[in-house]
Amino acid sequence: MIEYTSTRHNPGIDPTLHLWGWEIPVYLFLGGLVAGLMMLSGYHLLRSRWDHDRAHGHYVTAPLFSLALLSAGMLTLFLDLEHKVQVWRLYLTFRPASPMSWGSWILLLVYPALAASALLTLPDSLPRLVRRLPVLSRVAATLSGRDGTVHLIGFANLVLGAMLGVYTGVLLSALGARPLWNSALLGPLFLFSGLSTGAATLHLLSHLTPRARGDAPGFSDALASVLVTWLRPPSAPEGSRKLEQADNSFLTIELVLLALFFGGLMTSTLAHQTGARLLLTGPWAAPFWVFVVGSGILLPLLLQFLQAQRRIQSTLVPALLVIGGGLALRFILVAAGQASHWSIALP
Amino acid sequence: MSRYIMVIDTRRCVGCQDCVVACQTENNVPSGYCRDWITETASGEYPTVRLEIRSERCNHCDNPPCVHCCPTGASHVHERGGVVLVTPEKCIGCKACLASCPYDARFIHPKGYADKCTFCIHRVERGLDPACVSVCPTHCMHFGDAEDPLSGVSRLLATRPHHTLLPEAGTKPRIYYLT
Repeated sequence: MIEYTSTRHNPGIDPTLHLWGWEIPVYLFLGGLVAGLMMLSGYHLLRSRWDHDRAHGHYVTAPLFSLALLSAGMLTLFLDLEHKVQVWRLYLTFRPASPMSWGSWILLLVYPALAASALLTLPDSLPRLVRRLPVLSRVAATLSGRDGTVHLIGFANLVLGAMLGVYTGVLLSALGARPLWNSALLGPLFLFSGLSTGAATLHLLSHLTPRARGDAPGFSDALASVLVTWLRPPSAPEGSRKLEQADNSFLTIELVLLALFFGGLMTSTLAHQTGARLLLTGPWAAPFWVFVVGSGILLPLLLQFLQAQRRIQSTLVPALLVIGGGLALRFILVAAGQASHWSIALP
Repeated sequence: MSRYIMVIDTRRCVGCQDCVVACQTENNVPSGYCRDWITETASGEYPTVRLEIRSERCNHCDNPPCVHCCPTGASHVHERGGVVLVTPEKCIGCKACLASCPYDARFIHPKGYADKCTFCIHRVERGLDPACVSVCPTHCMHFGDAEDPLSGVSRLLATRPHHTLLPEAGTKPRIYYLT
Protein backbone atom coordinates (compact mmCIF):
# COMPACT_ATOMS: atom_id res chain seq x y z
CA MET A 1 0.00 0.00 0.00
CA ILE A 2 1.21 3.50 -0.79
CA GLU A 3 -0.19 6.68 0.72
CA TYR A 4 1.10 9.86 -0.84
CA THR A 5 0.47 13.41 0.38
CA SER A 6 1.86 16.65 -0.98
CA THR A 7 1.68 20.25 0.18
CA ARG A 8 2.13 21.56 -3.37
CA HIS A 9 -0.80 23.63 -4.57
CA ASN A 10 0.13 25.34 -7.81
CA PRO A 11 -2.79 26.38 -10.04
CA GLY A 12 -2.90 24.40 -13.29
CA ILE A 13 -0.63 21.75 -11.77
CA ASP A 14 -2.49 20.46 -8.70
CA PRO A 15 -4.49 18.41 -8.00
CA THR A 16 -4.13 17.30 -11.64
CA LEU A 17 -2.34 18.87 -14.56
CA HIS A 18 -4.66 21.14 -16.52
CA LEU A 19 -2.48 23.43 -18.58
CA TRP A 20 -4.15 23.29 -21.95
CA GLY A 21 -7.88 23.86 -22.28
CA TRP A 22 -9.86 24.10 -25.52
CA GLU A 23 -7.39 26.29 -27.38
CA ILE A 24 -4.68 23.69 -28.04
CA PRO A 25 -7.00 20.85 -29.21
CA VAL A 26 -8.79 23.28 -31.55
CA TYR A 27 -5.45 24.49 -32.89
CA LEU A 28 -4.19 20.92 -33.40
CA PHE A 29 -7.42 20.02 -35.17
CA LEU A 30 -7.40 23.05 -37.46
CA GLY A 31 -3.66 22.62 -38.13
CA GLY A 32 -4.21 18.97 -39.07
CA LEU A 33 -7.22 19.78 -41.23
CA VAL A 34 -5.33 22.51 -43.09
CA ALA A 35 -2.39 20.12 -43.51
CA GLY A 36 -4.74 17.59 -45.10
CA LEU A 37 -6.27 20.23 -47.38
CA MET A 38 -2.81 21.45 -48.42
CA MET A 39 -1.63 17.94 -49.24
CA LEU A 40 -4.72 17.08 -51.25
CA SER A 41 -4.74 20.40 -53.13
CA GLY A 42 -0.98 20.15 -53.64
CA TYR A 43 -1.34 16.65 -55.07
CA HIS A 44 -4.14 17.91 -57.31
CA LEU A 45 -1.94 20.75 -58.61
CA LEU A 46 0.94 18.38 -59.24
CA ARG A 47 -1.23 15.94 -61.14
CA SER A 48 -3.24 18.35 -63.27
CA ARG A 49 -2.62 20.86 -66.00
CA TRP A 50 -4.01 24.14 -64.76
CA ASP A 51 -6.99 25.23 -66.81
CA HIS A 52 -9.61 27.68 -65.56
CA ASP A 53 -12.20 26.54 -68.06
CA ARG A 54 -12.26 23.06 -66.57
CA ALA A 55 -13.52 24.41 -63.22
CA HIS A 56 -11.55 22.70 -60.51
CA GLY A 57 -14.58 22.47 -58.27
CA HIS A 58 -13.82 22.00 -54.60
CA TYR A 59 -10.09 22.59 -55.09
CA VAL A 60 -10.86 26.18 -56.07
CA THR A 61 -12.11 27.24 -52.66
CA ALA A 62 -9.84 24.99 -50.58
CA PRO A 63 -6.79 27.32 -50.37
CA LEU A 64 -8.82 30.32 -49.24
CA PHE A 65 -10.74 28.12 -46.83
CA SER A 66 -7.41 26.79 -45.51
CA LEU A 67 -6.03 30.28 -44.99
CA ALA A 68 -9.11 31.22 -42.96
CA LEU A 69 -8.98 28.02 -40.88
CA LEU A 70 -5.24 28.27 -40.24
CA SER A 71 -5.61 31.87 -39.14
CA ALA A 72 -8.37 30.81 -36.75
CA GLY A 73 -6.05 28.09 -35.42
CA MET A 74 -3.22 30.58 -34.96
CA LEU A 75 -5.62 32.81 -33.05
CA THR A 76 -6.48 29.99 -30.63
CA LEU A 77 -2.76 29.25 -30.22
CA PHE A 78 -2.16 32.91 -29.41
CA LEU A 79 -5.06 32.91 -26.94
CA ASP A 80 -3.42 30.01 -25.10
CA LEU A 81 -0.17 31.92 -24.49
CA GLU A 82 0.19 33.28 -20.96
CA HIS A 83 2.79 35.90 -21.89
CA LYS A 84 1.29 37.19 -25.12
CA VAL A 85 3.40 40.34 -25.47
CA GLN A 86 6.50 38.17 -25.89
CA VAL A 87 5.11 36.08 -28.78
CA TRP A 88 7.57 37.69 -31.23
CA ARG A 89 10.40 35.92 -29.37
CA LEU A 90 9.48 32.76 -31.32
CA TYR A 91 11.04 34.28 -34.40
CA LEU A 92 14.30 35.47 -32.85
CA THR A 93 15.69 31.95 -32.57
CA PHE A 94 15.43 28.46 -33.95
CA ARG A 95 15.64 25.63 -31.40
CA PRO A 96 16.11 22.30 -33.22
CA ALA A 97 15.12 20.25 -30.14
CA SER A 98 11.85 22.14 -29.66
CA PRO A 99 8.85 20.97 -31.75
CA MET A 100 7.14 24.26 -30.94
CA SER A 101 10.04 26.16 -32.50
CA TRP A 102 9.85 23.92 -35.58
CA GLY A 103 6.10 24.56 -35.70
CA SER A 104 6.37 28.31 -35.55
CA TRP A 105 8.86 28.35 -38.44
CA ILE A 106 6.86 25.79 -40.45
CA LEU A 107 3.77 27.99 -40.05
CA LEU A 108 5.78 30.92 -41.37
CA LEU A 109 6.49 28.89 -44.54
CA VAL A 110 2.96 27.47 -44.78
CA TYR A 111 1.34 30.89 -45.20
CA PRO A 112 3.20 31.90 -48.42
CA ALA A 113 2.58 28.43 -49.93
CA LEU A 114 -1.12 28.64 -49.11
CA ALA A 115 -1.29 32.26 -50.27
CA ALA A 116 0.30 31.28 -53.61
CA SER A 117 -2.23 28.54 -54.21
CA ALA A 118 -5.04 30.87 -53.06
CA LEU A 119 -3.86 33.49 -55.59
CA LEU A 120 -3.77 30.82 -58.27
CA THR A 121 -7.43 30.03 -57.69
CA LEU A 122 -8.63 33.55 -56.87
CA PRO A 123 -10.31 34.26 -60.25
CA ASP A 124 -12.54 31.25 -59.59
CA SER A 125 -13.00 31.53 -55.83
CA LEU A 126 -13.53 35.29 -55.51
CA PRO A 127 -14.40 36.52 -59.02
CA ARG A 128 -15.99 39.75 -57.82
CA LEU A 129 -12.88 40.75 -55.89
CA VAL A 130 -10.67 39.94 -58.87
CA ARG A 131 -12.90 42.07 -61.15
CA ARG A 132 -12.49 45.00 -58.77
CA LEU A 133 -8.74 44.51 -58.40
CA PRO A 134 -7.41 43.54 -61.85
CA VAL A 135 -3.88 43.26 -60.44
CA LEU A 136 -4.99 40.04 -58.70
CA SER A 137 -6.09 38.66 -62.02
CA ARG A 138 -2.68 39.46 -63.51
CA VAL A 139 -0.90 37.78 -60.59
CA ALA A 140 -3.10 34.69 -60.94
CA ALA A 141 -2.48 34.62 -64.69
CA THR A 142 1.29 34.88 -64.12
CA LEU A 143 1.23 32.05 -61.59
CA SER A 144 -0.95 29.79 -63.69
CA GLY A 145 0.78 30.69 -66.96
CA ARG A 146 3.47 28.03 -66.63
CA ASP A 147 2.91 24.46 -65.57
CA GLY A 148 6.26 24.52 -63.78
CA THR A 149 5.09 27.28 -61.43
CA VAL A 150 1.82 25.49 -60.73
CA HIS A 151 3.70 22.28 -59.99
CA LEU A 152 6.12 24.12 -57.72
CA ILE A 153 3.21 25.55 -55.74
CA GLY A 154 1.65 22.08 -55.61
CA PHE A 155 4.91 20.51 -54.42
CA ALA A 156 5.36 23.20 -51.74
CA ASN A 157 1.81 22.61 -50.49
CA LEU A 158 2.32 18.85 -50.45
CA VAL A 159 5.60 18.95 -48.51
CA LEU A 160 4.70 21.76 -46.11
CA GLY A 161 1.27 20.18 -45.52
CA ALA A 162 2.97 16.92 -44.52
CA MET A 163 5.34 18.79 -42.20
CA LEU A 164 2.45 20.70 -40.62
CA GLY A 165 0.39 17.54 -40.14
CA VAL A 166 3.22 15.54 -38.56
CA TYR A 167 4.27 18.48 -36.38
CA THR A 168 0.85 18.70 -34.72
CA GLY A 169 1.42 15.18 -33.39
CA VAL A 170 5.13 15.56 -32.63
CA LEU A 171 4.25 18.61 -30.54
CA LEU A 172 2.67 16.23 -28.03
CA SER A 173 4.83 13.14 -28.52
CA ALA A 174 8.01 15.08 -27.69
CA LEU A 175 6.74 15.69 -24.15
CA GLY A 176 8.14 12.55 -22.56
CA ALA A 177 6.76 13.37 -19.14
CA ARG A 178 3.28 12.35 -20.35
CA PRO A 179 3.50 8.64 -21.20
CA LEU A 180 0.25 8.60 -23.19
CA TRP A 181 1.70 11.08 -25.68
CA ASN A 182 5.12 9.48 -25.72
CA SER A 183 4.78 7.59 -29.01
CA ALA A 184 6.41 8.34 -32.35
CA LEU A 185 3.17 7.16 -33.99
CA LEU A 186 1.34 10.28 -32.80
CA GLY A 187 2.85 12.28 -35.70
CA PRO A 188 1.65 9.91 -38.47
CA LEU A 189 -1.66 9.41 -36.62
CA PHE A 190 -2.38 13.14 -36.58
CA LEU A 191 -1.20 13.41 -40.19
CA PHE A 192 -3.66 10.78 -41.42
CA SER A 193 -6.40 12.15 -39.20
CA GLY A 194 -5.67 15.52 -40.81
CA LEU A 195 -5.82 13.95 -44.27
CA SER A 196 -9.15 12.28 -43.51
CA THR A 197 -10.67 15.49 -42.12
CA GLY A 198 -9.14 17.38 -45.05
CA ALA A 199 -10.72 15.00 -47.55
CA ALA A 200 -14.04 15.27 -45.69
CA THR A 201 -13.82 19.07 -45.81
CA LEU A 202 -13.06 18.93 -49.54
CA HIS A 203 -16.08 16.69 -49.87
CA LEU A 204 -18.17 19.34 -48.14
CA LEU A 205 -16.67 22.03 -50.34
CA SER A 206 -17.46 19.97 -53.44
CA HIS A 207 -21.14 20.41 -52.63
CA LEU A 208 -20.69 24.11 -52.05
CA THR A 209 -18.68 25.02 -55.12
CA PRO A 210 -20.84 25.66 -58.16
CA ARG A 211 -19.61 23.72 -61.16
CA ALA A 212 -21.53 25.28 -63.98
CA ARG A 213 -21.34 28.93 -63.02
CA GLY A 214 -18.06 30.48 -63.93
CA ASP A 215 -18.18 33.44 -61.56
CA ALA A 216 -20.20 32.29 -58.58
CA PRO A 217 -18.83 33.42 -55.21
CA GLY A 218 -18.53 29.92 -53.76
CA PHE A 219 -16.36 30.85 -50.79
CA SER A 220 -18.64 33.56 -49.45
CA ASP A 221 -21.63 31.23 -49.69
CA ALA A 222 -19.92 28.42 -47.86
CA LEU A 223 -21.63 28.40 -44.48
CA ALA A 224 -25.13 28.92 -45.84
CA SER A 225 -24.57 26.17 -48.37
CA VAL A 226 -23.50 23.73 -45.67
CA LEU A 227 -26.84 24.17 -43.95
CA VAL A 228 -28.80 23.84 -47.17
CA THR A 229 -26.99 20.75 -48.41
CA TRP A 230 -27.21 19.16 -44.96
CA LEU A 231 -30.98 19.29 -45.17
CA ARG A 232 -31.27 17.64 -48.57
CA PRO A 233 -29.00 14.89 -49.88
CA PRO A 234 -27.06 16.37 -52.78
CA SER A 235 -26.28 14.54 -55.94
CA ALA A 236 -22.67 13.43 -55.89
CA PRO A 237 -20.61 15.89 -57.91
CA GLU A 238 -17.74 14.85 -60.11
CA GLY A 239 -14.73 13.91 -58.02
CA SER A 240 -16.59 13.43 -54.75
CA ARG A 241 -16.59 9.65 -55.18
CA LYS A 242 -12.83 9.73 -55.50
CA LEU A 243 -12.72 11.81 -52.35
CA GLU A 244 -14.87 9.27 -50.54
CA GLN A 245 -12.50 6.52 -51.61
CA ALA A 246 -9.49 8.56 -50.53
CA ASP A 247 -11.19 9.34 -47.23
CA ASN A 248 -11.85 5.65 -46.66
CA SER A 249 -8.18 4.88 -47.28
CA PHE A 250 -7.09 7.59 -44.81
CA LEU A 251 -9.60 6.37 -42.21
CA THR A 252 -8.38 2.77 -42.59
CA ILE A 253 -4.76 3.86 -42.15
CA GLU A 254 -5.80 6.00 -39.16
CA LEU A 255 -7.49 2.96 -37.61
CA VAL A 256 -4.35 0.85 -38.13
CA LEU A 257 -2.16 3.61 -36.66
CA LEU A 258 -4.47 3.86 -33.64
CA ALA A 259 -4.15 0.10 -33.10
CA LEU A 260 -0.35 0.30 -33.40
CA PHE A 261 -0.29 3.32 -31.09
CA PHE A 262 -2.10 1.41 -28.36
CA GLY A 263 -0.15 -1.76 -29.11
CA GLY A 264 3.09 0.13 -28.55
CA LEU A 265 1.89 1.68 -25.31
CA MET A 266 0.44 -1.55 -23.91
CA THR A 267 3.70 -3.41 -24.49
CA SER A 268 5.79 -0.66 -22.90
CA THR A 269 6.31 0.36 -19.26
CA LEU A 270 3.60 0.38 -16.59
CA ALA A 271 3.37 4.16 -16.93
CA HIS A 272 2.64 3.83 -20.67
CA GLN A 273 0.12 1.05 -20.05
CA THR A 274 -1.60 3.19 -17.42
CA GLY A 275 -1.70 6.06 -19.91
CA ALA A 276 -3.22 3.88 -22.64
CA ARG A 277 -5.87 2.57 -20.24
CA LEU A 278 -7.09 6.14 -19.68
CA LEU A 279 -8.53 5.88 -23.19
CA LEU A 280 -9.19 2.16 -23.50
CA THR A 281 -11.03 1.50 -20.24
CA GLY A 282 -10.57 4.61 -18.08
CA PRO A 283 -12.37 7.93 -17.69
CA TRP A 284 -11.99 8.88 -21.38
CA ALA A 285 -13.00 5.45 -22.72
CA ALA A 286 -16.66 6.29 -23.43
CA PRO A 287 -16.04 9.45 -25.51
CA PHE A 288 -13.02 7.83 -27.17
CA TRP A 289 -14.84 4.68 -28.33
CA VAL A 290 -18.06 6.50 -29.23
CA PHE A 291 -16.85 9.72 -30.86
CA VAL A 292 -13.39 8.83 -32.18
CA VAL A 293 -13.57 5.15 -33.11
CA GLY A 294 -17.33 4.66 -33.54
CA SER A 295 -18.83 7.76 -35.11
CA GLY A 296 -15.48 9.24 -36.19
CA ILE A 297 -13.98 6.30 -38.08
CA LEU A 298 -16.07 3.09 -38.28
CA LEU A 299 -19.47 4.62 -39.08
CA PRO A 300 -18.22 6.95 -41.84
CA LEU A 301 -16.15 4.07 -43.24
CA LEU A 302 -19.30 1.95 -43.47
CA LEU A 303 -21.48 4.77 -44.85
CA GLN A 304 -18.93 5.77 -47.47
CA PHE A 305 -18.45 2.13 -48.45
CA LEU A 306 -22.21 1.72 -48.94
CA GLN A 307 -22.36 5.01 -50.87
CA ALA A 308 -19.55 3.82 -53.11
CA GLN A 309 -21.50 0.61 -53.72
CA ARG A 310 -24.55 2.82 -54.48
CA ARG A 311 -26.59 0.94 -51.91
CA ILE A 312 -27.48 4.17 -50.09
CA GLN A 313 -27.83 7.73 -51.28
CA SER A 314 -24.80 9.96 -51.02
CA THR A 315 -25.03 12.50 -48.19
CA LEU A 316 -22.67 14.77 -46.32
CA VAL A 317 -23.21 12.83 -43.08
CA PRO A 318 -19.97 10.76 -43.32
CA ALA A 319 -17.91 13.88 -44.01
CA LEU A 320 -19.38 15.66 -41.01
CA LEU A 321 -18.82 12.58 -38.82
CA VAL A 322 -15.17 12.39 -39.88
CA ILE A 323 -14.63 16.05 -39.05
CA GLY A 324 -16.31 15.57 -35.65
CA GLY A 325 -14.16 12.50 -35.00
CA GLY A 326 -10.96 14.42 -35.81
CA LEU A 327 -11.93 17.17 -33.38
CA ALA A 328 -12.83 14.62 -30.68
CA LEU A 329 -9.50 12.83 -31.15
CA ARG A 330 -7.56 16.02 -30.37
CA PHE A 331 -9.73 17.02 -27.40
CA ILE A 332 -9.56 13.55 -25.83
CA LEU A 333 -5.84 12.99 -26.42
CA VAL A 334 -4.88 16.41 -25.07
CA ALA A 335 -7.05 16.01 -21.95
CA ALA A 336 -6.09 12.39 -21.21
CA GLY A 337 -2.41 13.05 -21.92
CA GLN A 338 -2.29 15.70 -19.22
CA ALA A 339 -3.67 13.16 -16.74
CA SER A 340 -1.02 10.64 -17.77
CA HIS A 341 2.03 10.69 -15.53
CA TRP A 342 5.13 8.66 -14.68
CA SER A 343 4.40 8.70 -10.96
CA ILE A 344 1.09 6.86 -11.47
CA ALA A 345 3.20 3.77 -11.99
CA LEU A 346 5.33 4.20 -8.89
CA PRO A 347 5.31 1.11 -6.67
CA MET B 1 32.98 23.11 -14.52
CA SER B 2 30.91 22.95 -11.37
CA ARG B 3 27.78 20.80 -11.05
CA TYR B 4 25.53 21.97 -8.25
CA ILE B 5 23.39 19.36 -6.54
CA MET B 6 21.23 19.15 -3.44
CA VAL B 7 21.33 16.23 -1.02
CA ILE B 8 18.42 15.83 1.41
CA ASP B 9 18.51 13.44 4.35
CA THR B 10 15.03 11.92 4.59
CA ARG B 11 15.95 10.42 7.96
CA ARG B 12 16.32 13.90 9.40
CA CYS B 13 13.55 15.77 7.57
CA VAL B 14 10.49 16.33 9.79
CA GLY B 15 8.39 18.10 7.15
CA CYS B 16 8.26 21.39 9.08
CA GLN B 17 7.98 23.42 5.84
CA ASP B 18 10.56 25.98 6.90
CA CYS B 19 12.20 25.46 3.50
CA VAL B 20 8.91 26.27 1.77
CA VAL B 21 8.39 29.49 3.71
CA ALA B 22 12.04 30.53 3.33
CA CYS B 23 11.81 30.10 -0.44
CA GLN B 24 8.58 32.08 -0.68
CA THR B 25 10.09 34.90 1.38
CA GLU B 26 13.49 34.95 -0.34
CA ASN B 27 12.11 34.75 -3.89
CA ASN B 28 8.92 36.74 -3.41
CA VAL B 29 6.86 33.77 -4.62
CA PRO B 30 3.27 34.95 -5.21
CA SER B 31 0.65 33.89 -2.70
CA GLY B 32 -0.96 30.58 -3.59
CA TYR B 33 2.12 29.24 -5.40
CA CYS B 34 5.22 27.34 -4.28
CA ARG B 35 8.61 26.61 -5.80
CA ASP B 36 9.28 23.87 -3.24
CA TRP B 37 6.96 21.67 -1.23
CA ILE B 38 6.82 18.74 1.17
CA THR B 39 5.66 15.25 0.26
CA GLU B 40 5.11 12.26 2.49
CA THR B 41 5.08 8.72 1.12
CA ALA B 42 3.93 5.94 3.44
CA SER B 43 4.43 2.50 1.97
CA GLY B 44 4.21 -1.13 3.03
CA GLU B 45 1.90 -3.09 5.35
CA TYR B 46 1.80 -2.98 9.13
CA PRO B 47 4.12 -3.67 10.92
CA THR B 48 6.70 -3.04 8.15
CA VAL B 49 5.52 0.43 7.23
CA ARG B 50 7.98 2.98 5.88
CA LEU B 51 7.50 6.75 5.89
CA GLU B 52 9.62 9.07 3.77
CA ILE B 53 9.30 12.82 4.11
CA ARG B 54 10.86 14.79 1.27
CA SER B 55 11.42 18.44 0.48
CA GLU B 56 10.87 18.58 -3.31
CA ARG B 57 11.56 21.18 -5.99
CA CYS B 58 12.88 21.45 -9.55
CA ASN B 59 15.49 18.73 -10.00
CA HIS B 60 17.76 20.87 -12.21
CA CYS B 61 18.15 17.81 -14.39
CA ASP B 62 21.33 17.03 -16.31
CA ASN B 63 19.07 16.13 -19.23
CA PRO B 64 16.37 18.81 -18.81
CA PRO B 65 13.32 18.25 -21.08
CA CYS B 66 12.04 21.73 -20.18
CA VAL B 67 15.13 23.30 -21.78
CA HIS B 68 14.96 21.07 -24.85
CA CYS B 69 11.32 21.86 -25.61
CA CYS B 70 11.47 25.63 -24.97
CA PRO B 71 10.87 27.37 -28.33
CA THR B 72 12.47 30.70 -27.36
CA GLY B 73 15.45 29.73 -25.24
CA ALA B 74 13.86 31.25 -22.13
CA SER B 75 14.52 27.99 -20.29
CA HIS B 76 18.26 27.49 -20.22
CA VAL B 77 21.13 25.90 -18.35
CA HIS B 78 23.14 28.48 -16.42
CA GLU B 79 26.88 28.39 -16.93
CA ARG B 80 27.43 28.28 -13.18
CA GLY B 81 26.77 24.87 -11.74
CA GLY B 82 24.49 23.79 -14.59
CA VAL B 83 21.46 25.27 -12.82
CA VAL B 84 18.26 25.28 -14.93
CA LEU B 85 16.79 28.79 -15.08
CA VAL B 86 14.05 30.75 -16.87
CA THR B 87 14.49 34.22 -18.34
CA PRO B 88 11.04 35.79 -17.76
CA GLU B 89 11.52 38.37 -20.53
CA LYS B 90 12.02 35.61 -23.10
CA CYS B 91 9.18 33.33 -21.95
CA ILE B 92 5.98 33.40 -24.06
CA GLY B 93 4.00 31.27 -21.59
CA CYS B 94 3.35 28.40 -24.02
CA LYS B 95 3.48 25.90 -21.11
CA ALA B 96 5.43 23.27 -23.07
CA CYS B 97 8.05 23.21 -20.30
CA LEU B 98 5.35 22.59 -17.68
CA ALA B 99 3.96 19.68 -19.67
CA SER B 100 7.44 18.27 -20.30
CA CYS B 101 8.47 18.17 -16.62
CA PRO B 102 7.87 14.74 -15.05
CA TYR B 103 8.11 16.34 -11.60
CA ASP B 104 5.49 19.03 -12.25
CA ALA B 105 8.00 21.42 -10.71
CA ARG B 106 7.04 24.47 -12.76
CA PHE B 107 4.07 26.78 -12.71
CA ILE B 108 2.88 29.86 -14.55
CA HIS B 109 3.63 33.00 -12.55
CA PRO B 110 0.64 35.41 -12.39
CA LYS B 111 2.70 37.72 -14.63
CA GLY B 112 2.55 35.08 -17.39
CA TYR B 113 5.96 33.41 -17.45
CA ALA B 114 7.09 29.95 -16.32
CA ASP B 115 8.55 29.99 -12.82
CA LYS B 116 10.36 27.49 -10.62
CA CYS B 117 13.22 26.90 -8.17
CA THR B 118 16.49 28.61 -9.15
CA PHE B 119 18.65 26.96 -6.47
CA CYS B 120 18.72 30.61 -5.22
CA ILE B 121 21.48 31.26 -7.74
CA HIS B 122 21.56 34.92 -6.67
CA ARG B 123 22.60 33.77 -3.18
CA VAL B 124 24.94 31.04 -4.40
CA GLU B 125 26.84 33.55 -6.54
CA ARG B 126 27.47 35.49 -3.31
CA GLY B 127 28.83 32.39 -1.61
CA LEU B 128 25.65 31.64 0.34
CA ASP B 129 23.54 28.50 0.47
CA PRO B 130 20.05 28.49 -1.09
CA ALA B 131 17.47 29.95 1.32
CA CYS B 132 15.80 26.57 1.95
CA VAL B 133 19.12 24.96 2.91
CA SER B 134 20.17 27.83 5.15
CA VAL B 135 17.02 27.77 7.30
CA CYS B 136 16.54 24.02 7.72
CA PRO B 137 16.30 23.45 11.50
CA THR B 138 17.35 19.77 11.29
CA HIS B 139 20.21 20.42 8.88
CA CYS B 140 18.82 17.74 6.60
CA MET B 141 19.53 19.74 3.41
CA HIS B 142 22.95 20.05 1.83
CA PHE B 143 24.00 22.02 -1.23
CA GLY B 144 27.30 21.90 -3.10
CA ASP B 145 29.38 20.95 -6.11
CA ALA B 146 29.26 17.28 -7.09
CA GLU B 147 32.36 17.73 -9.24
CA ASP B 148 34.42 18.46 -6.13
CA PRO B 149 35.15 15.08 -4.49
CA LEU B 150 35.87 16.81 -1.18
CA SER B 151 32.58 18.72 -1.00
CA GLY B 152 30.07 17.76 1.68
CA VAL B 153 27.52 16.58 -0.89
CA SER B 154 30.05 14.36 -2.66
CA ARG B 155 31.06 12.73 0.61
CA LEU B 156 27.44 12.15 1.61
CA LEU B 157 26.66 10.46 -1.71
CA ALA B 158 29.81 8.36 -1.41
CA THR B 159 28.91 7.09 2.06
CA ARG B 160 25.11 6.97 2.29
CA PRO B 161 22.48 5.05 0.30
CA HIS B 162 20.39 7.43 -1.76
CA HIS B 163 17.87 7.68 -4.56
CA THR B 164 16.50 10.21 -7.00
CA LEU B 165 12.91 10.78 -8.14
CA LEU B 166 11.62 9.04 -11.28
CA PRO B 167 15.04 8.00 -12.60
CA GLU B 168 13.16 5.99 -15.24
CA ALA B 169 12.08 9.27 -16.87
CA GLY B 170 15.70 9.64 -18.02
CA THR B 171 16.14 13.24 -16.95
CA LYS B 172 19.10 12.58 -14.61
CA PRO B 173 17.79 14.62 -11.68
CA ARG B 174 20.21 16.39 -9.35
CA ILE B 175 18.25 16.28 -6.09
CA TYR B 176 19.39 13.23 -4.11
CA TYR B 177 17.50 11.78 -1.17
CA LEU B 178 19.49 9.94 1.51
CA THR B 179 17.66 6.95 2.93
